[in-house]
Amino acid sequence: MTRTSSHPRPAPADDLGVDLYRTMARIRHFETAASRLLASGELPGFLHLSIGQEAVAAGVCRALTDDDYLTTTHRGHGHCIAKGARIDLMLAELFGRAPGYCGGRSGSMHLADPGLGILGANAIVAAGVPIAVGGGLAAATRGRGQVAVAFFGDGAVAEGVVHESLNLAALWRLPVLFVCEDNQYAEMTPTETHLNNRDITAYASAHQVPAETVDGNDALAVFSAAERMVRRARDGDGPSFLHCRTYRWHGHFEGDAQNYREAAEVEAWRGRDPLRVLRLRMADESVPTAIDAECEREIALAVEWARAQPSPDPGSVTAHVYQPDGASCGS
Amino acid sequence: MRKLKYWQAINSGLAEELRRDPAVMLLGEDVGRPGGAFGATQGLHAEFGEHRVRDTPISEAALTGTAVGAALAGLRPVVEIMFFDFVTLAMDQLVNQAAKMGYLSMGRFPVPLTVRTMCGAGLGSGPQHAQGLEGWLAAVPGLKVVWSSTPADAKALLKAAIRDPDPVVVIESAALWSVRGEVPDDPEATVSIGRAVIRRSGRDATLVAWGAAVTRCLTAADILAAEGIDAEVLDLRTLSPLDTEEVLASLHRTGRLVVVQDATGPCSVGAEVIRLAATEGFAALRAPAELVSAPFAPVPFPPGLERAYFPQDDDVVAAVRRSVGKEM
Repeated sequence: MTRTSSHPRPAPADDLGVDLYRTMARIRHFETAASRLLASGELPGFLHLSIGQEAVAAGVCRALTDDDYLTTTHRGHGHCIAKGARIDLMLAELFGRAPGYCGGRSGSMHLADPGLGILGANAIVAAGVPIAVGGGLAAATRGRGQVAVAFFGDGAVAEGVVHESLNLAALWRLPVLFVCEDNQYAEMTPTETHLNNRDITAYASAHQVPAETVDGNDALAVFSAAERMVRRARDGDGPSFLHCRTYRWHGHFEGDAQNYREAAEVEAWRGRDPLRVLRLRMADESVPTAIDAECEREIALAVEWARAQPSPDPGSVTAHVYQPDGASCGS
Repeated sequence: MRKLKYWQAINSGLAEELRRDPAVMLLGEDVGRPGGAFGATQGLHAEFGEHRVRDTPISEAALTGTAVGAALAGLRPVVEIMFFDFVTLAMDQLVNQAAKMGYLSMGRFPVPLTVRTMCGAGLGSGPQHAQGLEGWLAAVPGLKVVWSSTPADAKALLKAAIRDPDPVVVIESAALWSVRGEVPDDPEATVSIGRAVIRRSGRDATLVAWGAAVTRCLTAADILAAEGIDAEVLDLRTLSPLDTEEVLASLHRTGRLVVVQDATGPCSVGAEVIRLAATEGFAALRAPAELVSAPFAPVPFPPGLERAYFPQDDDVVAAVRRSVGKEM
């Protein structure tokens, strides 16, 4: 499969704030475009957007390198972009086009990139959590100081495999960072209806995994906590749990009527827009404005490119069910 | 060649692959210091250490998920799930994750994972330790499923599974655990996944089986031979992907098909073999194909009932007689 693109990724800025802002802006513009494309009928399938939660992806992934692993969820575009995934290939995948990340056969919920250690987004709630523990096990075995991050939502906390994974990672002191992106709704069900103990860090503490709650709309706060936890993992001191309180502006999926929450609640959280929170702390107002314009152009070009790509050959539908003997494995 | 018991052959295969490839790692309940609940990993913890032969909590879902992640990240994990029935606890990771990653990534993210598990049928182990769920797994594109009937295959297929780029579920039979057989010494001796084998040649009818049922088919073939009925016994060895070529070739030689399985019938591997005969093999059939299976009921525990539940030599003999038109 060849991958060509009309435009390169913007070069990372050396300044932390600028870098975090740029990542969040790319996510915001990407998802805003995806939302529009789905609404206009151009994108097939389901779309789960993380607009409003960008600071978690940006803050955590700023503490990682390409060599580190992550797993994410059905709401995973932001994590992939923050880890360095190519926006043009992501869009092609959303369009279901052949040059997409997964050949256009997987759509929004299964993005994966071996080169960037993205061990997969996932359409099964909590399924990526033990997979990240496996990344941590491979990292520990290799001993090069890599870490693995499991992104999951507050909804996943009610899945048994999260608790099994916390126990396993703690037991083996694996370099794993559990990041609970608490957007306060398990799909459409508010936390108080699905968790008896709403102190989410308590579930980590029960397994003696150090845990911390941060403002998930403050990218600098997320980064600062993630950086400490990643360092701890690299030093061989085992897993940590980062609980990020944030909020999902859009519905569980695009098209969700959202009759389960008040418009005023959404408005209140829009007032705490993670991009604005950071923007207000940046010295030069013109910098984020320029980044926004740049991202808008980048996404528009990528949409144009992706839209023009061919669909996968229907004859390829059974390709790669099984791999050829001697296929190379892992990275 | 040397004579090994079925479990010793498994043990020898694991040791050889651990020696051969530093990426191979064993994970499972009791596989480390205890040497496996039934001895299959004896001595491996001592030779390869606690990092490569890891005792785990009783967390089949997380354990299998961890192995999927480790496989994606470059290791070749071998997970032991003590009894076949417990595989149900790991189904998300097997069915939704391991089986699909290679496909969804266009082959860029293969999952070289091996899951070993043991079917307790025939030992009075009851309804949650003796099921044959191979049909569940064989129905999932992306998974490979193998089940050995001899010590030599138990070793060779396991080694092939560990070297395979895809997730392979290796089912072992408790009923064969102490059966001895010749096993090649050559550490490079493997059996290709996807290839059935003829255990006994015959002209009158084809008996298809796998795992412990193969032994009963061979005994039945001896009984039938004494009556002048010449049965061929085909051991599938790989349940997915199915060796349709070998099954059809045998059916064309004999014209009659009797499938014998310890699992229940509906939606089973046996039913799939019959489907193959009814479609691609129809012209060769000289009699209705027969499926000799467990009744559609959970596995009972007491010896008398268990014997009545799993197909026995006599049941196989009777089915072949019906097929060749010599009912007694």
